[in-house]
Amino acid sequence: MTESVLFYLFSLLAVIAGVSVITQRSPIASALSLVVCFFALAADYVMLDAHFVAVVQVLVYAGAIMVLFIFVIMLLNIREPSPGFTPLSPRGMFGMGAAGLLGVAIIAMLDGLVHAPMATLPEGYGRIAEVGKVLFQGAYLLPFEAVSLLLTVGMIGAVVLAKREV
Amino acid sequence: METVGLAPVLALSGVLFTLGVVGVLTRKNALIVFMSVELMLNAVNLAFVGFSRQNAALDGQVFAVFVMAVAAAEAAVGLALVILLFRNRVTVQLDDLDRMGG
Repeated sequence: MTESVLFYLFSLLAVIAGVSVITQRSPIASALSLVVCFFALAADYVMLDAHFVAVVQVLVYAGAIMVLFIFVIMLLNIREPSPGFTPLSPRGMFGMGAAGLLGVAIIAMLDGLVHAPMATLPEGYGRIAEVGKVLFQGAYLLPFEAVSLLLTVGMIGAVVLAKREV
Repeated sequence: METVGLAPVLALSGVLFTLGVVGVLTRKNALIVFMSVELMLNAVNLAFVGFSRQNAALDGQVFAVFVMAVAAAEAAVGLALVILLFRNRVTVQLDDLDRMGG
């Protein structure tokens, strides 16, 4: 009972923060709204017994990635006036219309999937030990190594791009 | 303890993804467009975790971790591009970046 009530509360918070992300005029307010959204999603992951993913969500998304975003926003110190969110402009109307059609399509597509019941969980589901077993003993060892290579390439790429002279 | 069903999870995922699409299509600030992309990635992660919970399999959670790692790499490279753009053109408004005539 409490679990689903908390899920709905945090879902509502995530949606409000998500709306705030796309409607705020200043990028820093958007970024802080996005942090709130990420924390709410982390709470939702806990309700879905994904404890390890919830911790990684807070550490990597709300921590590392958003710090990078806020760092860049403050580093650039943009002074030019921003038009903000303009739902009544042609761009706004076309954008909202296209996104609304997409949302209807997603919900229609998912309609047949939602009626299957949730499975009962084995002991330790979602803990780091069980996730680690799937990650390292299953078929995901090669993708894991590929991701580590991707992160190295991303880091080198970021340094090369942002450096003044190569 | 009663757990939440799959329907609200997928509904939240769809709503957040749609919000991200609205942000990408309507905003002009490159940084906010970027944050909207992150919002869409999170919506997909939520769907992964929801299906993972439904099937009592951990593969979806492993995929969510992969998505986070790719998002981290993407954020680093993308923000480096924004810095480069700002240094060369002194703007992050996407409408002003029309040199390629697109």
